[in-house]
Amino acid sequence: MTDKQVVRRFEQIVGAGNVMAAEADRQAYAYDAAVLDSVVPALVVRPETMEQLGQVVALCNENGLPLTVRGSGTNLSGGTIPSSTRSVVVVTNGLARILEINTEDLYAVVEPGVITAKFAAAVAEKGLFYPPDPGSQAVSTLGGNVAENAGGLRGLKYGVTKDYVMGVEFFDVNGELVKSGSRTVKCATGFNLSDLMVGSEGLLGVFARIVLKLIPPPKASQAMTAVFDSVEKASETVSAIIADRIVPCTLEFLDNFTIRTVEDFRHAGLPVDAEALLLIEVDGHPAEVAEDSEKIQEICRKKGAVSVQAAANAEEKDLIWQARRDALPALARLKPTTVLEDATVPRSRIPDMVKKIKEISQTYNLDIGTFGHAGDGNLHPTILTDKRNHEEYARVEKAIDDIFEAALAMGGTLSGEHGIGLAKRKYMEKETSRGTILYSRMLKQTFDPKNILNPGKMIGE
Amino acid sequence: MADIAELVRLLKELEDDLVSCTRCGMCQAVCPLYGETGRETDVARGKLVLVENLSQEILDDPEAVKERLDRCLLCGSCAAACPGGVPVLDVFLKARAIITGYLGLSPIKKAIFRGFLSNPDRFDSLMQWMGRLQGPFTRSVNKTLGSSCARFMSPVIGDRHFMPIAAEAWHKKAHKDFSAPRQSGQTRVVFYPGCLVDKILPRVAEAAMEVFAFHGVDVYVAAQAPCCGIPALSAGDVQTFSHLVEKNIRIWQDLDFDYLVTPCATCTSTIAKLWPAMDAYITGDSGKIREQISGIVEKTRDINAFLVDVMGVQAKQPAGSETVTYHDPCHLKKSLGIAKQPRTILGASGSLQLSEMSDADRCCGMGGSFNLAHYELSKKIGAKKRDAILATGADTVATGCPACMLQIIDLLSHAQSKIRVCHPIEVYAQSLRQSAGPGRTENQK
Repeated sequence: MTDKQVVRRFEQIVGAGNVMAAEADRQAYAYDAAVLDSVVPALVVRPETMEQLGQVVALCNENGLPLTVRGSGTNLSGGTIPSSTRSVVVVTNGLARILEINTEDLYAVVEPGVITAKFAAAVAEKGLFYPPDPGSQAVSTLGGNVAENAGGLRGLKYGVTKDYVMGVEFFDVNGELVKSGSRTVKCATGFNLSDLMVGSEGLLGVFARIVLKLIPPPKASQAMTAVFDSVEKASETVSAIIADRIVPCTLEFLDNFTIRTVEDFRHAGLPVDAEALLLIEVDGHPAEVAEDSEKIQEICRKKGAVSVQAAANAEEKDLIWQARRDALPALARLKPTTVLEDATVPRSRIPDMVKKIKEISQTYNLDIGTFGHAGDGNLHPTILTDKRNHEEYARVEKAIDDIFEAALAMGGTLSGEHGIGLAKRKYMEKETSRGTILYSRMLKQTFDPKNILNPGKMIGE
Repeated sequence: MADIAELVRLLKELEDDLVSCTRCGMCQAVCPLYGETGRETDVARGKLVLVENLSQEILDDPEAVKERLDRCLLCGSCAAACPGGVPVLDVFLKARAIITGYLGLSPIKKAIFRGFLSNPDRFDSLMQWMGRLQGPFTRSVNKTLGSSCARFMSPVIGDRHFMPIAAEAWHKKAHKDFSAPRQSGQTRVVFYPGCLVDKILPRVAEAAMEVFAFHGVDVYVAAQAPCCGIPALSAGDVQTFSHLVEKNIRIWQDLDFDYLVTPCATCTSTIAKLWPAMDAYITGDSGKIREQISGIVEKTRDINAFLVDVMGVQAKQPAGSETVTYHDPCHLKKSLGIAKQPRTILGASGSLQLSEMSDADRCCGMGGSFNLAHYELSKKIGAKKRDAILATGADTVATGCPACMLQIIDLLSHAQSKIRVCHPIEVYAQSLRQSAGPGRTENQK
């Protein structure tokens, strides 16, 4: 088929209003939130039903057109940047229905384009709880969350997206619907393809429906802050809390650079001399919450916290979390370009990692603010730069290399929650092995012989 | 300007603001238009990319960029929520001006802006004629709201339910000088009604005058009421914008006053935020005009904020059982951070119970000229506002912006609703009239 004929076929499937072929429209689907070069796709298609989605995938395969699925384009590793200028971008925001919230069997069935925060709110309205809360939840889609295995602040106690995926229905490259998993807690039927699809970054299939696990919400919660004059003391506190068999739902860390930046931004009275700030929240049964929060405060003091404070009411609690919510926006305002990484280390290595990042920032003379999920070792070193300054940006790239190398040397991983995409694929072999890459490619070759599904991402070509 | 190189050069001046967008996409959560269409070119991130690409000659289609830039309510929801603090509205307005400078203004806009809007007397006469002639062509549809619709098919009006144009612009009969000599301790206010209040909703201006009189404020109403310039600015016609700003400043420059007060959220935000942001486009003696603008900006107050922050009006315990719900105009809350004061004014009436609607600060979909160009989209966005209002079961919906009032009247009139739509100042004035007693004030005379 000629290009024009292909476009007509797409228009027949999804309607002319859902095919974007104009240059100006296509240029608006050439990027995501990663600091990487744009690639303008050949076409953007927006299916509104599951049937249309299947036909779109099959048509791409027939014509050997690379296909990149895009939710809200908030990916931080380049996963939603089109693979080539021949790519078709398939936008999922026309598939955004919550099909079922089952309060008896504690699951929900959703289309891939449902917005995470809207879903969590709909679930909460029914008296249930969907814990994964990635930083972009106000805009991110559940399809994207599953494809990237997104995390969030509650990872330590509640786990991440993969812990809530009960089943996935997806289209293979021929547009055949593949069903895996079920609506039951137990399921030993067939290959566990659902788990394979979690974190597959659009390389193995196109999600049509997702079954997600829901849980009862905690009845009470208590937030507190602890100020430290050294990162080591803060980190020892984290370990001591967990060693005492307490698992807070959230345990966040802000380094001195981030504390100072947030204070400049909000003037909420943060301790600008502190080397580290821990923001801690426990939840559960009221009696358990009261006991745990007492214990945590005691541990903080014992480990040398300069001060410890528990939120006395909802307002104070909100103030505590405002500081964490402000971390990225405040840092992002310092310089035009913000490179947000998610290298993750075993939690006991946090002091080493924070120290290492500080060294790297000095070596390359760069501003790096570090904050993140201390409880699970998932830090967000955030490099502030200006991509127009090529000399500085070259140093940024070297710093990123060093950060990943350090994380791997400490037994950590390249990505806690942002995925590999384009940005980190060159490090993949270092963390895994040559065999892993080859095996993954064989797997992809079997499922996707023409290599149309988000080619080039994660495992290269 | 017919030279594409010049277009590129001017757009490059926006570079520092353009690069500060990190493409995080958080604007998607708040953009009312994107909420309806799901199109990336409808949300700030996509538009910023297109302007940047045009400036870097990655895209060479200024018309396509202009068309997409114009699909925007200019509500500022994105700018208010932007983690990186990108001044989105300033960039959009400047880009519209630059690209319009290159493409030229459409003949119809040229006729409206340069022929009428920039000449207040001629604009008044036009509106007056329309006000007198509209009778045979329209019919009343909703008595509570006072709305009308076109009697015959009309390409301009469509199936809108609108408020009839006043037979005479309000300022013409209300023109009033300050009392001489200036009395010590008295607050002097230049009252600027704004075009919509002046020509379509004069009852708001009348309510404001009653309130000023009650609080002993010395008021000046100019004999001429030039537009604040926002319609021209949003169309990229900086020539008319500049002309109107200068005209207004000439009226005020020799007056001795404390505050410039307007009952229009859009006028307040245009004067306080956009005049200084766009001062590079204002011709005339640039050094002097900049100084004059910053002098005016300091004195400019929304009428609710003026009464609460300056005159010390306070809310009272409501006595009655009637309820009122309040819609936050984007140009008050998102642009100026004014959300508490209008509610305090409603509370000062002492009679109505405030019943908050869900998402009170969600855009109503009006967006000024956006409603004219994209009525169907505007209606779709408005439907959410309509439903939120109806869900409260309130007897009255109040909002601090005449443009929002017109949109809400259209929405409710189509829904055959009997909810009254008014400005907080009308509710307050009514309570003073009924002598149910005013809000307790510190500065009350």
